Amino acid sequence: MGGQAAGPVELAEHDHALWEKRVDALMVLASRKGFFTVDGLRRALEDMGEEAFETMSYYERWVAAVNQNLLEAGVYTVAELGARMAEVRARGDTYGEVAGG
Amino acid sequence: MPHDHADDPHLSPSGHPYRPDQDEPLTYWQTMEIAIRELLVEKGILTPAEIQAEIDAMDSRSPANGAAVVARAWTDPEYKARLLADASAACRELGFDIGPLRLIAVENTETVHNLIVCTLCSCYPRNLLGLPPDWYKSRAYRSRAVREPRALLAEFGLTLGRDVTLRVHDSTADMRYVVLPRRPEGTEGWDAEALAALVTRDSMIGTGLPRSPGDVASTVAGAEGNG
Repeated sequence: MGGQAAGPVELAEHDHALWEKRVDALMVLASRKGFFTVDGLRRALEDMGEEAFETMSYYERWVAAVNQNLLEAGVYTVAELGARMAEVRARGDTYGEVAGG
Repeated sequence: MPHDHADDPHLSPSGHPYRPDQDEPLTYWQTMEIAIRELLVEKGILTPAEIQAEIDAMDSRSPANGAAVVARAWTDPEYKARLLADASAACRELGFDIGPLRLIAVENTETVHNLIVCTLCSCYPRNLLGLPPDWYKSRAYRSRAVREPRALLAEFGLTLGRDVTLRVHDSTADMRYVVLPRRPEGTEGWDAEALAALVTRDSMIGTGLPRSPGDVASTVAGAEGNG
């Protein structure tokens, strides 16, 4: 990114949503417990390609990178993740409805 | 900076807009976050209490921690020397646990101004200052901080004289920077607590300068929200 041409810096700021803070906490905790390193996260982020930086938000990229690393570490399987995501979606239509405590 | 938003339902109590996805339809990536979190808890890897404690710790870190470090350095030359030698240790000395990463303090002087960026991503002294502002993570900031830093700073309202050397520091995950801004004129005899009120987040990133004593007087007089 560094050194490429770009437009003005958007100075507006926002409060982090709960789901974003949770992604951050999962990243910090799983890293602290040794399931992956910052290099593993970076590799996953770089593998997403430039398009991901245009189409996904910051924490969307991070949750994807955390997931990729946890799958590789064998913490859970793709099948387990898929089944749980389907189950979560079936609970309701908004984050608040389905996210639990 | 005062905002005129007292009755604006689109802004949070701290004056920032809510993320639009808070009450919009559940997204794919939010679903993934929930699923990962639940799987980690079920497998005994994390507890909900640990996750909440991490979020609480995140919320408790703020630029005020960095301001305390800066103000101490302004009032205690020996502390300043320790800060410039090893910022991680100097922050720990004041009770701010900044984790295993190496923190480097870079000092602004009359002739040198420092700016920090992470061109790769978003590395930021988060364990001292809290989470980075959105713009710090933006492509525009990361690209232009190294390509045309003076023009970038001008957008932040900071125009540096041509005689001032501008040093741009690119952070990494393991090595992060914090700017030690110059102590404002007219603060002779101020104690550390009063000085800390002058230290802004942006002055520790290098995109701004500390407040001047005059700014503080008007802020107190007009004491309204400062999102």
